[in-house]
Amino acid sequence: MDPKAFVAGMSALGAGMAMIGGLGPGIGEGYVAGQACSAIARQPEAQADVTRTMILGIAMAESTGIYALVIALLLIFANPLVNQF
Amino acid sequence: MVEVHGPKIYTYLFGNTSFPITETMVNYWIVMVFILFLCLFLTSKMEKIPKAKQAIAEKIVTMIDGLVDQNMGKNCRHYSPFIATLMFSSVFGSLSSMFTLRSVTGDLNTTLGWALIVFGLIIYNKIKTNGFVGFLKGFTEPIWVMTPLNVLSEVATPISMSFRHFGNIAGGLVISTLMLSALSSLSSALGLPIPLFQLGIPGVTSLYFDLFAACIQAFIFSMLTMAYVGSARE
Repeated sequence: MDPKAFVAGMSALGAGMAMIGGLGPGIGEGYVAGQACSAIARQPEAQADVTRTMILGIAMAESTGIYALVIALLLIFANPLVNQF
Repeated sequence: MVEVHGPKIYTYLFGNTSFPITETMVNYWIVMVFILFLCLFLTSKMEKIPKAKQAIAEKIVTMIDGLVDQNMGKNCRHYSPFIATLMFSSVFGSLSSMFTLRSVTGDLNTTLGWALIVFGLIIYNKIKTNGFVGFLKGFTEPIWVMTPLNVLSEVATPISMSFRHFGNIAGGLVISTLMLSALSSLSSALGLPIPLFQLGIPGVTSLYFDLFAACIQAFIFSMLTMAYVGSARE
């Protein structure tokens, strides 16, 4: 088997598997948004504060998903392993 | 075959391959000139009773000052020009993709540069408040076993900040490119005389990936800067 093709194929597989990391942020962000909704329902006057904190928290939670995306992009577009063979 | 390119290299400084002049640098200079002229335009002919453009400038300054007061505590007003610089170069750097320039922040070098400046500020403020010995002692808290983890979390700060911003913008770029090519192949597969699918759909998705992500990421980046530097000053 051509080792380059094998590494490239495995990298594509790895990129797909890396994006499973999108699962966690999805669950977390949904939970945050739900909690923010109930907080606003309880205290509508605090909506601005709650929304700002929620957006900040969502972006923090999203960063793990974005690391997965960066790894996936790295494996597809800038793979360091292919040129070793 | 879909291809997503990194920033193009236009030329080399002094003909030395270690110093490439990339698309990102050229676009960032354009963005900087734009921001400079925007500031000059907004603050020219200031009056006691503000007209429309002066009111916009005052609103922006008040907003940044309020954010700094809220997140860094009092006596930190001298940081608000820095925060405003980060925020606006990030916003306009990401929105430059709307004007057919490649996003400045879709390049890791830009965001990593900003994050390293912030990292330097954090270290400087920690040493200034605790003294050098106190700064080193801070790594051994709560017990000395935690020292490697504390060092790691310190070093991880600029990396996570820069990768978050870069990944969001670059991910949007890749998704937009993939989507455009998928829509164009869909149009040509159906044999349409005009590329009907590419007409409005990329605009709608670009609203999220370019406009929303750019503004949110700029906000997050400056918010995190304020939080880290503010906590380093305590």
